[in-house]
Parts: sequence; C-alpha cells; structure tokens
Amino acid sequence: MPNRIRNFFLLTFLLIGSIATAQDTNVNEGFMRSNGKIYVVLAVCLTILIGLFIYLFTIDRKIGKIEDKQ
Amino acid sequence: MRKNWWKILAGVLLVYTFTAGLLIKVPSLGNLKETIRNMFFHVPMWFSQIILLTTALVYSIKYLRKPDLRFDIYAEAFTKTGILMGILGLVTGAIWATYAWGEPWSNDPKQIGVAIALLIYFAYLVLRNAIPDIDKRARVSAVYNIFAYFIYLPLIMILPRMVESLHPGGKGVEGNPALNGSDLDPMMRIVFWPAVIGWTLLATWITTLNIRLYLIRDKNLLHAE
Repeated sequence: MPNRIRNFFLLTFLLIGSIATAQDTNVNEGFMRSNGKIYVVLAVCLTILIGLFIYLFTIDRKIGKIEDKQ
Repeated sequence: MRKNWWKILAGVLLVYTFTAGLLIKVPSLGNLKETIRNMFFHVPMWFSQIILLTTALVYSIKYLRKPDLRFDIYAEAFTKTGILMGILGLVTGAIWATYAWGEPWSNDPKQIGVAIALLIYFAYLVLRNAIPDIDKRARVSAVYNIFAYFIYLPLIMILPRMVESLHPGGKGVEGNPALNGSDLDPMMRIVFWPAVIGWTLLATWITTLNIRLYLIRDKNLLHAE
C-alpha cells in the first residue's frame, strides 16, 4: 500500500515537472511570466484539478475493492 | 478500466476548460472585463445542479412506482451532490457579484430564488434523518423530493425571468440568460459547453461514489427484500 501512495506522489510531481519544463523550453525562458503571469494561475488551477481527480480515483478504487470482496 | 472512460473524459474536459477558459480571448463587456471567464466555472455549477436534481426526481418517481430501496439511495445521492453544486454556485456567484455588482448579496431575484431552493433541499436531508423507519423514510422522501423539485424549478428558471434582474435574462431582456446572441460569442461557446459536460460528469462521478458506498452500507437491507 505505501508503494502505491509513493507512486502517486512520484507521478504527480513528474506531471507537474513535465508541464513546467515543456512550457519553458517550447517558447522562451519567460513563458511563465508572460501575459501578466496568467500561466502561473493556470498551473495552480491545473494542479488542484489533477490532484482532486487522483484523489477521486483512489477513492473509486478503494470502493471497488470492497465491492469485489462481497 | 471497466466503464471508466467517462471519468477520464470528465478530467480531459475540465483540463480543457481550465486551460482554454483562462487563456482564450474573451469579449470585454461593460465592467465585467476578464471576469466573464467565470461563465466557464460559475454557470456550469447551475447546469449540473439542474441535471443532478432532475435525475434525483426521476429516481424518486421510480421509487413511488416500485418501492425498491436502491431508487431511494440513488435519489438521495443525486440530491446531495446537487446541493453541493448549488452551494458552490452560490459562493462563486457571491464572489463574482462583489466585483461585478459591487456587493456579494444584492437581493437579486436569482440569488433569493436559489437561496430558498437550497433551504427546501436542506429540509429534504433533515426530513430523511428525522424518520427512523426505512420504508417510510424512502416513501416520504420521494414525495417530498417531487414537491421540492417543482418549487425549485420555478424559483430558478421562471420567477427570475419575470422580474428585473442583475443576472442576464431578466425582465425586458430577450432570450435565455447569457446564452443568446451576442452575450456568448462563438469563441466562448466552444469552451462553455464542454465545461458544462465536464463539470456535470465530475458531479455524477462523485454521486456514483456515494451510491456505491450507500449500497455497501445498506447491503443487509437490500438483500433482505
């Protein structure tokens, strides 16, 4: 079980990291600071959204396991 | 991945909503400025609430036609998520109103309407918990839910359009609130409808989690039938 949790954290950090670096290299070095730093807001919102979805999926799987046991 | 595709679709649509919703060029209307983007976040709360509560209504009617406790569980779960979306819609609306209308609560007909509607649905939850007998609770709740729905709908859809309102679509305004003609330009339309679907799917997912939980909790009652 702890393995799974660790994997989720790893995956989350990798995701966030890849988003950030992909944006930085694709355009110019000031991408995150362009357009009134709106991309920072976007990164925050997407992090929350992805975090919530990962959480929902874990709950979904936990309930699924209990259902299978019955 | 059994029957999980629509959960992933919800995620994809919402990531699209957030990305496009924050980045597309929006028309500058009056003093709304950038806050028009709230169309992708505040308004879908109400769309999904209407869809969820309508689903709850269907299950309540189904229960009355055939008293299966599962229908009662479905109705309860859909109503609960509907209430959640209503609270979120009300709070986000108050935040938006602070900067668009000058104060969080201006006794706008729609604000009053949804406040009353939410109180009616709170009473649904109180009523449920007040009846210890399971079958009686299910039956009374189903009847009350039907009653609540047909007060809720006029309160949010009809009454606000008959009086002057700060919301779009009040008296003296043509067409549907914010969805007609120049109010919603084509660029916003291609974000708005995916946003509605995405938020509704997310709310439905949360509802199904609750339903599965209740089905496990009440499995003894369900098998006893």
